[in-house]
Amino acid sequence: MWVVCDFSSGPVVLLWKGNQIRGNMSGKPVLHYANIRGRMEPIRWLLAAAGVEFEERILKTKDDLQKLRTDGFLLFQQVPMVEIDGMKLVQTRAILNYIAGKYNLYGKDLKERALIDMYVEGLADLNELILHHEFKPANEMEKDLANILDKATNRYLPVFEKVLKDHGHDFLVGNKLSKADVHLLENILWLEELKPDVLAKFPLLQSFKARMSNMPNIKKFLQPGSPKKPIVQEKDVPAVLAIFS
Amino acid sequence: MSGKPRLTYVNGRGRMESIRWLLSAAGVEFEEIFLETREQLLKLCQDGSLLFHQLPLVEIDGMKLVQCRAILSYIAGKYNLYGKDLKERALIDMYVEGISDLMQLILVFPFSPPAAKEENLATIAEKATERYFPVFEKVLKQHGQDFLVGNRFSWADVQLMEAILAVEEKVPSVLSGFPQLQAFKTKMSNMPTIKKFLQPGSPRKPPPDEHYVATVKKIFKLN
Repeated sequence: MWVVCDFSSGPVVLLWKGNQIRGNMSGKPVLHYANIRGRMEPIRWLLAAAGVEFEERILKTKDDLQKLRTDGFLLFQQVPMVEIDGMKLVQTRAILNYIAGKYNLYGKDLKERALIDMYVEGLADLNELILHHEFKPANEMEKDLANILDKATNRYLPVFEKVLKDHGHDFLVGNKLSKADVHLLENILWLEELKPDVLAKFPLLQSFKARMSNMPNIKKFLQPGSPKKPIVQEKDVPAVLAIFS
Repeated sequence: MSGKPRLTYVNGRGRMESIRWLLSAAGVEFEEIFLETREQLLKLCQDGSLLFHQLPLVEIDGMKLVQCRAILSYIAGKYNLYGKDLKERALIDMYVEGISDLMQLILVFPFSPPAAKEENLATIAEKATERYFPVFEKVLKQHGQDFLVGNRFSWADVQLMEAILAVEEKVPSVLSGFPQLQAFKTKMSNMPTIKKFLQPGSPRKPPPDEHYVATVKKIFKLN
C-alpha cells in the first residue's frame, strides 16, 4: 500500500510493508555503509561541504549487508549506496560526481571539470592506500605507512603545493570551491593523523588547510558530534571485516 | 601539429584501450606515441608532462590530461556521450564504474603468476555472469531500448561493448545466458564508428601477449 503525505517540504511517499515504514521520511540523502570512513567518507565530506544534511543507515553485521542485497537495493551488490533524489546510487565516483554537479562543486565548464577530475583521481589513488591502512595486519602497518607517506610527500602533495603556488588562488580550480579542494583537505587531515608534521615542507598546503578548515560548513563538520568518522579502533576491525567478508 | 588528440602509452591495451574505444566511437581520429623504454617514461616525468608521473597521457585541446577517468569524462562530455542531464550522467557513471571494476580484473590478469591464472580466469567468468552482465541484461530488458541510458548512445554503451568483447576473448560462451546483451553486441558492432574500429588496421590493440607484459614490467619497474 502506498500513502502520499504532504509534508511542508514537499510530498513524501511512504511505503508500508507489514507494519514497517520504509523509505525516506525527510527528503534528505540516506547513506548506507559501515560505521567507518572507508569508501563513504569522501561522500560525507562532500555533502557536508555543500551544507547538505543527511541520514545514515549503519551496517553492523553481514546480515545487514545481505538484506540490502536481497531487497535489490544494491546495483552491483556493493556499498556505498546513497539514496538521493529518488535514486539508489552506488559506486563512489558516480555518487561524488552527482553531488558535485548538483551543488556546483564541479567547475564552470568541461575544461575545469577535467582539471578537477584529474586532481580528484590522483587524490583517490592516495586515498585508496590510506583507507586500507587501518585494516592492515599489525606486522605490515609500519611498511604500509612508510609507503603512504612516501607517495604523499613525493608524488601527490607536491603537485597541489605547485598548483596553489602557480596561480596564487585560494582554491585549486577556477578560483572557486570544488570537490577537488574538499578531497584534498580530507586527505591532508587524515595524513596528519598518521604523521602530524607531514605538511612541514608544504607552506601553501598549510595555509590551504587553515583556510578550508575555517569555512563554515567544513568547520561544522570538523566539530565533535558531526557525521565525520574517526579512525577505526583496533578492537573494532574484526567486526567490520566480517561485514564485507 | 595536426590538432588531433595525442595518446602516449605502451603499444598495447592496458589503461589506454578504453580511451581508444571512446574516441573511436565518437568518430575522433587521434595520434599515438608508444613508449618502449623506461628512459622515455622518466623523460616525460622530468619534463613535467605527467602530473602524477603516470600514464596514460592524452594531449587534447591544449591540456596534458592524465588519469583515465578524467580523460574519459572529458571526451564523453565533449562529444555528447554523457547523457542530457545530471541524473542521466549519474546512471552512466554508475554503469561505467561497475564495468570498470570488471575490466580491472581483465587488466591485471596477464600479470598474475602462472599458478593463479586459472583461479583468476574463473573469477572473471563468475563476476561477469553473476554480478555485472545480469545488471545490463535487466536494464535493456526493462526499457526495451537500444542503448543503456536515455535512449541515446553514450559512454556506458561503449564501455559495455568493450567489456563484452574482452570477456568473450577469455570466456567465449559468456553471453549464452544473455539474449539482450547478444542483441546489444550485434547492434553496437554495426554502428559505423564502432564497425570501423573493429576492422583490421584500426587503432584497436590486440589482446596482451608476453611481449606486452614484459615491456610494461620493464617500463614501470614492476616485479
